[in-house]
This record gives sequence, structure tokens and C-alpha cells, in this order.
Amino acid sequence: MGKARKKLRTRAVAAVSVVSALGLVVGCGGSDSGGTGGGKKDGKTTITMGLFGVMGFKETGLLDKYMKEHPDVVIKADVAGDEQTYYTALQTHLAAGSGLKDIQGIEIGRAKELSDTQKDKFVDLAGAAGTDHFLPWKQSQVTTDDKKVIGLGTDIGPMAVCYRKDLFEQAGLPTDREEVAKLWEGDWSKYVEAGKKFKKNSKDDKVAFMDSSSGLFNAMIYGNSQQFYDKQGKLIYETNPVVKDAWKLASEAATSDLTAKLRQFQPGWDPGLANSTFASTVCPAWMLAHISEKAGPKNKGKWDVAKAPKGANWGGSFLGVMDKSPVKKEAQDLVAWLTAPEQQAYLFEKIGNFPSSQKALEMPEVVDAKSDYFSGAPIGQIFGAAAKEIPDEQVLGRKDGTIKDIFSQGLTLIEAQNKSPNEAWKTTDKRIEKAAG
Amino acid sequence: MAISTSTPPDGAPGTAAPDGTGSGAERQRRSTLLHRLDVRGAPYAFVAPFFVVFAAFSFYPLIYTSWISLHRVELSTLNVMEWVGFDNYTALWEDDRFWNALLNTFTIGVLSTVPQLLMALGLAHLLNYQLRGSTFFRVAALTPYATSVGAAALVFTMLFERDFGMINWMLGLVGIDNIDFENNKWAAQTAISTIVIWRWTGYNALLYLAAMQAIPRDRYEAAAIDGASRWQQFLKVTVPGIRSTIVFTIVLSTIGATQLFGEPLIFGQGPNGITGGADNQYQTLGLLLYEEGWKNYQMGRAATVAWAMFLLLIVLFVVQRVVKRVLARRA
Repeated sequence: MGKARKKLRTRAVAAVSVVSALGLVVGCGGSDSGGTGGGKKDGKTTITMGLFGVMGFKETGLLDKYMKEHPDVVIKADVAGDEQTYYTALQTHLAAGSGLKDIQGIEIGRAKELSDTQKDKFVDLAGAAGTDHFLPWKQSQVTTDDKKVIGLGTDIGPMAVCYRKDLFEQAGLPTDREEVAKLWEGDWSKYVEAGKKFKKNSKDDKVAFMDSSSGLFNAMIYGNSQQFYDKQGKLIYETNPVVKDAWKLASEAATSDLTAKLRQFQPGWDPGLANSTFASTVCPAWMLAHISEKAGPKNKGKWDVAKAPKGANWGGSFLGVMDKSPVKKEAQDLVAWLTAPEQQAYLFEKIGNFPSSQKALEMPEVVDAKSDYFSGAPIGQIFGAAAKEIPDEQVLGRKDGTIKDIFSQGLTLIEAQNKSPNEAWKTTDKRIEKAAG
Repeated sequence: MAISTSTPPDGAPGTAAPDGTGSGAERQRRSTLLHRLDVRGAPYAFVAPFFVVFAAFSFYPLIYTSWISLHRVELSTLNVMEWVGFDNYTALWEDDRFWNALLNTFTIGVLSTVPQLLMALGLAHLLNYQLRGSTFFRVAALTPYATSVGAAALVFTMLFERDFGMINWMLGLVGIDNIDFENNKWAAQTAISTIVIWRWTGYNALLYLAAMQAIPRDRYEAAAIDGASRWQQFLKVTVPGIRSTIVFTIVLSTIGATQLFGEPLIFGQGPNGITGGADNQYQTLGLLLYEEGWKNYQMGRAATVAWAMFLLLIVLFVVQRVVKRVLARRA
């Protein structure tokens, strides 16, 4: 009897182990092929979102507001701090067909790649009700060849120059924002000239004129309709005079020691803001929130905003809905609401993300907006004027985001590694070939 | 399962069933068969989970990776594969970045492994003495190992920060100018090695300690009687006594160093982490793989790097075997 039971036990154990081993394998292959995290249960609709940086929806309580207005909706938003990390994960999830959220944020540098290669995985938002209020060029950035729209616009990034009044004053530069803007009116090279003056007269040699040369580089190229690619999708950065000029001036700033040798949004930059190691930075509207947060209350009123030499657009994002989402309809409603003029104007008031909605641009909340932190600068006027200077056509390319990173690193080679601009250009060129060729 | 040798007859004693159906013999045969299956089959069933998991998570990826490495394929469109033969391998062979990453992996490996194992040996020797609260010290030695790579690397990155990091602040106290750790090749590699050393020294020390405790006490006593100093005891008794453990930790650390990834990635943060610094000054093979696959989205090229690393480990393994054999012969 004892033997029989023992036998039975071994047999059972063997069976269990085989089944569980098979289960492991099946479990890996089969499940999780359809879900995006959201769904409907007990009369509640759950919508999941994948966001990055400071898009503001979660931070300003907009999502809470939506949930209050729609008691049957639960929104779960994941916010990744770093866009590169976010996009890498998004790519992996798209390739694997799992791990996606119902709504995914799309950064402008990735818009072309996603609309070229992944359009089938997004819901077509063309002609969705109440979404005809965007700037004409905004939606065209996420429109595929066959006129499908894979996302709705959130903010745009008109640019200005943020500067420290106190540091400008100690270096003998004007502090009034009108006069400061005149210093470099119409030409970025005058900005670098002002920097040289700053360096010469500054009493504190620990303070640099600007944070990084890559900020200047970005501002210069984004003021033009063609940057790294032409309309046919061909790489033209090598011959494009826009890129060459920007490289030349940015490397001049780097070699003249006008920069704090920092990289924006990388280690050292935030403490640089908090401890005042640089006097100016080229700032798209969305950067204001970051500056005021990191520079902290002790620097309130020391910062101001002046018009940039030339209007340019750096960044701006979109919200797309995944085709796999079981709550497509609800997710679309949420995206339409979040990108509606009222919400865009609200976000601008709260954190300075500049609206991509034409209607919002005319609302008094935007036109009359002033920033307390930045010495009461009329940011609605300044960025509004810059937005009008943004070229109506902006040609995006598949690897824009990656190429921008490679250029930033190329400038770091000059700034922090003492490479010659020539040598750095060669390295940059080779890297772009590897990354985009 | 040792009970299996004597199979008890299942049917009634006697022989064939009286009714002539032969069902008793049939039953007996089936039972024997089941039993044999149980005895022979069960061990295979027990080890099956390992092989199934191994096939799914090690063998299949290995084969699939080699297949991918012969293609040009992008992450976003994994279903579109273009056959390129061994082009990826020849391209990698001619790529400066590969040789740079290989060299960096080697230098960071040496910078982290050598001091780490020496310190671990010393630490283990100290822990091997009779001292009060020895359990506390042993646990304390293991604590860094329990910290996640991410947390450790983030903290060290802040310590090594150029303008406001604590290390530069301390160097400033003795009059040394701020060092740009990230942008200086050797400073960056040293900083990364520090993270590795901090995390793994205690772990290796405990391995050594376990081996040291197996060395018979009387050897030390005999050595002491012969007049050997503590240091001589350490060199002549302890180190030879734990030689095989030392070889083991060297192998482990070498594998770890070859796969070094998390520390440099987080040390650089953002795009610079992926490329191992603006000048690739601390890009390891692991980072190169990541850059090809998850920044350039070229899975074929990433798979090629993975295979290069795999082959490299095989070479290291063979070298280690040879060295061991030579040492054994000499001993």
C-alpha cells in the first residue's frame, strides 16, 4: 500500500512538473497579445496613458478634473522623465505588440518615424469631431502619406531667450527685456557677440553666458523649414547651409568659452540652474516650467524672457490612440478633450506649454499671460509673436530625434573634450551615417 | 525510487486466470510498463522544466539572434528582414567603435576587477579573525551587493558630478580643481569602476571567507610554531588554501566585466549614457549593443555585437581552462 502511494506521488509530481513547464512556455507566447492595460469593468472605464517629460496633464490636475467630470472613467498615466527612454520602450512595445498604453505621447522628433512605419497601430484621428482648431502645420506633422492622422497636437515650442537680469547687470549688459532683445535683434550671431561682451565685462568668471552650445544650435536650425532632411526624405544635413551656419556659430560659442559646458536636461544642468552658473539659455515655451522648478523660489524675479533673434519651433508633442485599445472610443474622447483649446490655454497658464490650437492662441488667458517667476514677462505676447514667425512648412525626417542628439554630442566634443570643430564634425558625420544610413 | 527492483506480482498467485481471458497477465504487463515508465521517465520529467526553460530562454534566443545577425532588420519593422550574409560581421570588424568598446570593456574590467578582488581578499582575511560582532560585519559587507545597480549608479553619478558633486567638493578642499569626470576618459572609467568595486567587493569577500574557514586551524598553528608572521601565514597558508575559490571569482568577475552595462549607462544618463560619453570614452560592448539596437534600432547589427560578445566569452573560457591546466601541471 505504502509503495503504491509513493508511486502515485511520484507520478503526480512528474505530471505537475511537466505541466508547469509547458505552462511557462505557453504563458510566454500566448498571453498579453491584445491588451493595452485599459478596459471596462463593473461600469468603470480604465484608460491608460504613456507620457514623458512635463506634458502637464497629470501635474496640473487636468486628468483629475476629467475624472471628476466623468465619474465612470479612471485614468492611469505613466510619466517617464526622459523622452529617449520613453521612446525606446515605446518602440520595443510596438515591435512586440504588447505593453502599450491606450494613449501614447509622441514627441515631434519621432513623429515622422512613427507615421512612416507604425501608422497601422494608431487610430486615425483625421476629421474627429471638434479637432479642427489646430495650427495648420501642426497636424500635418503627424499626417501619413495616405492622409491618416495618428495624433492630436498638444503644445508647440516657440522660442525666446531666457536670461538672468542680475547676472546681465553685473556684466554691464542691459536688463530691460526690450533692450536685451535689441542686443541680438534679427541675427543669432549678435547673441554670440553679446556673449563675448558678457565674458569680457563679467566680474564673476564662474558664470558662463549660456548653458550649452547645443541649445543655440537647435534654435538656429528649427527656424527653418528644412533641417536634416528634404521633402523627399533624403538626408541633406551635410549640404544644408542652415545646419552648416548653425554648427559654425555654435562651435564658435563653444570655442570662445561662452558656455557652461552643460547639456540641457542632463546631469549638472539642473544644479546649474539652481546655483546660477549661466546667465542665459535659449528657451522654448515649455522650458519655462522646468527652469522655474529647478532654479527654485530663491531665483524668482531674477529671470526674464526676451525675444529671440528669429522665430523657431523646438519640440511640441502629440497624443495618439492605439488601435489595439479596447477603449478606443473613450480614449479618443479623452485625447480630444485634453487637446481642446480650453485645456491648452489652461496648461499654458499653469506651466507655460504653448498652445498648438489656433483658437487657444486668441484666448485672453494666452494673449494676456504674464509670468510671475520671470519678472512678469508678457510671455503670451513674446511667444505668440515667435509662433507667428515659425515657418508654415516644417519638413520632418525619420531620424530627426537621433540626429539632434548626435549633433548635441558633437558640440560636446568641442565644448568639453577640446576637439576641433572640424574633427567633431567628422565624428558627427560618421555617427549620423551609422544611425540613419 | 530504489524500491523498484522487486516488482510485486499484481495478479492472484498461481498462473493464468482461470476464466481464460488472460486479463490478469494483461494487467500485470501494463502495470510493469507503467512502473518502468515511472522509474525511467520520472527523472527526465523532473529535469524537464530546466530544459524547457533553457530551450525557450537561452537556446532559442541564441539561434534566433544568430539568424537576425545575418540580416538587415529594424526594431520597428521586425517582420521585414533583408538577407545580408556576413556583412554585419565584417562591418563590425572594421568599425572603430567595436574596437574602442572592446578596449574600454577590457580597461574598465581590469580597473574594477583587480582592486576589487584584492580588497575582497584583505577584507575576508580581516573577517576571518575572531572578532566581536562578526555577523554584523559580514552582513554589512554584503549590503552593497543587495543594492540595485540603478540606485548605486545614480548615487555615484551624483557624487562624481562636475560642478556640485561631493567628490569634487572634497578635492576642492585640498586645492584640486574640479575634474570633469564624465568627459575625461580615465576619470570616467575610474568612476564607473568605483561603482562596480563598491557593489561586488563584499560579495567576493564572503566567498573567500567561506573558503578560508575550510582551511584547518592546525596549519596556522604549525606555521605560527615555525615562526611565520601573520603576513607570511596569509601568503603561505591562506592564499594557497583558497586558490580554487580565487580562480572561481576571477572567472565570475571576468564574465561580469564583459557584460558591464548598467553602471556606464546610468553614469552617463540620457543619450550620453547610451553612447558611453560624447566621445564613446566609456562605451562598453554591452552599451554598443544597446546603442545599435535601441538607439539606431538596427537589430541585425545589435545581434552581431551580441554574438561577438558570446564568442569572446568562449575564447576567455578556453584561455582560462588552458591556464588552469598549466598551473595544475606545475603544481
